[in-house]
Amino acid sequence: MSSTSIINLPNQQTARMPKNHYLNSGYGLKSWALTLDHKRIAILYLLTTLFFFCIGGLMAALMRLELLTPAGDLVASDTYNKLFSIHGIIMVFFFLVPIAPAVLGNFLIPIMIGAKDVAFPKLNLLSYYIFLIGGFFELYSIIWGGVDTGWTFTTPLSTHYVNTNVISAAMGIFIAGFSSILTGLNFVVTIHRLRAPGMTWFRLPLFIWSYYATAIIFILATPVIAITMVLIAMERVFGIGVFDPALGGDPILFQHLFWFYSHPAVYVMILPGMGVMSEVVGCFSRKRVFGYTAVAFSSVAIAVFSFFVWAHHMFIMGISNYSALVFSLFSMLVAIPSAIKVFNWSATMYKGSITFETPMLYAFSFIGLFTIGGLTGVMLASLGMDIHMTETYFVVAHFHYVMVGGMVSAVMCGLHFWWPKITGRMYPEQLGKLAASTLFIGFNLTFFPQFILGYLGMPRRYHAYPAEFQVLNVMSTAGASILAIGYLLPAMYFLWSLKYGAIAGSNPWQATGLEWQIQSPPLKDNFEEIPVVDFEAYDYEWLANKTRHEVTNVG
Amino acid sequence: MDSQVIANDPEETQSAHEHSPHLVHHYATMDQQVESASFGMWIFLLTEIMFFGGMFMAYLLYRNWYYDAFVAGSNLLSIQFGTAMTTILIVSSFTVAMGVFCSETRNRKGLVAALSLTLVLGISFLCMKGTEWHGIYVEHHVPGPNFSIETFVHPTDARDVPMSPDAAQHTQIFFFLYFALTGIHALHMVIGCSVLIFLLIRARQGAYTDGNPTMIHNFGLYWHFVDIVWIFLFPLLYLISRHPLK
Amino acid sequence: MSTPTLHKHHIIQPRLYLTILIVLLVLTATTTGVAFLDLGVLNPIVALAIACIKATLVILFFMHLRYSSKLLKLTLCAGLFTFTVLILLTLTDYMSRAWGLW
Ligand SMILES: [Cu+2]
Repeated sequence: MSSTSIINLPNQQTARMPKNHYLNSGYGLKSWALTLDHKRIAILYLLTTLFFFCIGGLMAALMRLELLTPAGDLVASDTYNKLFSIHGIIMVFFFLVPIAPAVLGNFLIPIMIGAKDVAFPKLNLLSYYIFLIGGFFELYSIIWGGVDTGWTFTTPLSTHYVNTNVISAAMGIFIAGFSSILTGLNFVVTIHRLRAPGMTWFRLPLFIWSYYATAIIFILATPVIAITMVLIAMERVFGIGVFDPALGGDPILFQHLFWFYSHPAVYVMILPGMGVMSEVVGCFSRKRVFGYTAVAFSSVAIAVFSFFVWAHHMFIMGISNYSALVFSLFSMLVAIPSAIKVFNWSATMYKGSITFETPMLYAFSFIGLFTIGGLTGVMLASLGMDIHMTETYFVVAHFHYVMVGGMVSAVMCGLHFWWPKITGRMYPEQLGKLAASTLFIGFNLTFFPQFILGYLGMPRRYHAYPAEFQVLNVMSTAGASILAIGYLLPAMYFLWSLKYGAIAGSNPWQATGLEWQIQSPPLKDNFEEIPVVDFEAYDYEWLANKTRHEVTNVG
Repeated sequence: MDSQVIANDPEETQSAHEHSPHLVHHYATMDQQVESASFGMWIFLLTEIMFFGGMFMAYLLYRNWYYDAFVAGSNLLSIQFGTAMTTILIVSSFTVAMGVFCSETRNRKGLVAALSLTLVLGISFLCMKGTEWHGIYVEHHVPGPNFSIETFVHPTDARDVPMSPDAAQHTQIFFFLYFALTGIHALHMVIGCSVLIFLLIRARQGAYTDGNPTMIHNFGLYWHFVDIVWIFLFPLLYLISRHPLK
Repeated sequence: MSTPTLHKHHIIQPRLYLTILIVLLVLTATTTGVAFLDLGVLNPIVALAIACIKATLVILFFMHLRYSSKLLKLTLCAGLFTFTVLILLTLTDYMSRAWGLW
């Protein structure tokens, strides 16, 4: 395998750590806490979101342990309610939504378009602190008693019937929402206004297109959840009746407003992953991504469609049948742009010279798992099927295939792919491959049984279940422990590589894209001189010419 | 406003090109920087549209469901008062626009005068709002534990038709929407006035009239947006639900 | 830097601002007056139409959108579009509920 690897190229051997880069441009807490450098802010986000990921993961582990046996013996049902609520809230709002945009996006967008920073660096830092404050609210509500509404805050349960920290949890989401809005705003302005000379829209890496689509969703959808969370808090404090049927309010209105955000938010959790995929698949197939324009526009199409489908979460809640029909149709239409992407990645690989580095392994698992997740989504979008499946483990398995199988694979893929750029050092390749395979096996073992469980009718959100479901549940718990190893392994070798990893050099993957044409780790200002872009995206011939030229120069 | 400024660090291109003192290092030209700022502001206003959108949705739904309650509630608000507030806000929008003009034409005195007038108008709007809220509070029409349907079930004015307690209960939703909408609007006004005070202090020292009106321009956009929200709140809350269905 | 729009910033003269102000005040007076007449369903339609005209005037002239780049115009349209989607698609659910009892 290592003979086919592209890592051992000339400039790789002689690579040295550059003298000046963004990591050593300043030392001490203040140089990090008050930094305006988009790369350092990305690192801050990375550490914070990973912290939340650990909390969410811990909750998941406890839930899987409880579900090992049919009887509810490990935790009481109240505690179990809190476990899945905290798992959902933390993973959705404090891990999946921020991880890709705020970490990979912050780090890469300015570099990829040839800018020195994002459009508003102070706003970028502010958005990090807003996120942190939102996170503190969430931690408060977890530590002082927890929440047990589920991450969906269903009314009137959340407003009238539970006695947990709904208000502080809702406020945490409200505050963190502004962080998303500011990040999205920054990205859109940056992509529109700060592209280097010659970097036209259709020379942008597809990564940028999908992050642009993500930012649009951030801007247009997030304010709606903000106001919804305010209404929930007010309803709880004053008991006014906007969502209370006893006083004439309508709980379904809450569902409309909530899912108006939360469905597009689902695409916030997958679109950035698709951007990472395009980069990685193109690079390791040594080919231009097939159908560049189609992939670019399918990102935008997904963002636009995402605003037309939200009521598919409400089919059993008493919305009108006509409306359900329309929303069902729109939901299925989303499959088209998603399929365009999957087919185009496959076509990119066709007759490409594929190599199997760790990021590519993650890319394979993304494509496979996302396809399963997406197709079960189409099943759930059809009305009759949905009524059978709603609130069962089928739904749980479906969105974990998209969120974990898709997005977390993509995040791992992106982290491995750009790790040399972020830190200047390589991770250990063999261990990386091992971890990628572990993750894939563990994931499937965890969540595939849940499709079957759901189909057989096991409802979600209960801590006990009939004994006949035990075999599948044990499989799922066993898979979860393998999955945990798949997460811990990279965590350990990433830390190890910070000090002992091989020096990466500026372009270890021989990839195109502006981020690979500068030193790694990059300078504080990214570019000594703003580049003039005179090449197309993924132009591997251009790159080959350029490297040949460079080698002769070095002599 | 800007000469031909080229994208390079000042150290590298000594004196070959004239740099605007307002240019931040990661922008190439002043034009790019100004356009980014106003584009950013417009995107922010976009999020504000959606932020109010959720409440407008709730308003539309409940007005259709409980029209009688909305008529009863709306008739307790004074149209004259609402018109006065609308006028004040529209005039304040005009003064802000004049401030932008003064800032662009580098007229410091004019800018200070325009901003001061805006601040006075903004604060008087808030005072009137406060008075109106106080009136509603005295009548026990603030939603929550102290809310009372007494005046709707047993009207003091013999011409008014008494409502059934059930229907009267829905006036609480009207008043909640009233307070949520006007409250969040007033919050925007308070933020606007605070920024205005800051801008005023800086403007007196000569900022914004030295060729960089971006801040004033963006503040203007914000203020006009808040004005537009009120332009819609005025008919929704005061005007369109006055006449009971026949 | 990309697609540099090197137009000189358009400065609107105070005379135009004043005209717009007067029109806005006249419209405010009109809409207040109309509210006292009982026009049935026309009441909300007239009031909201006038509000839309007022908002358009403020956006086009006070907020300079008329003299701004296409990008800003598109930005505003995107916002209004999404706003409409939120309102319309939600309302269609409520309106079509009574269309037939299933
Ligand atoms: Cu959905």
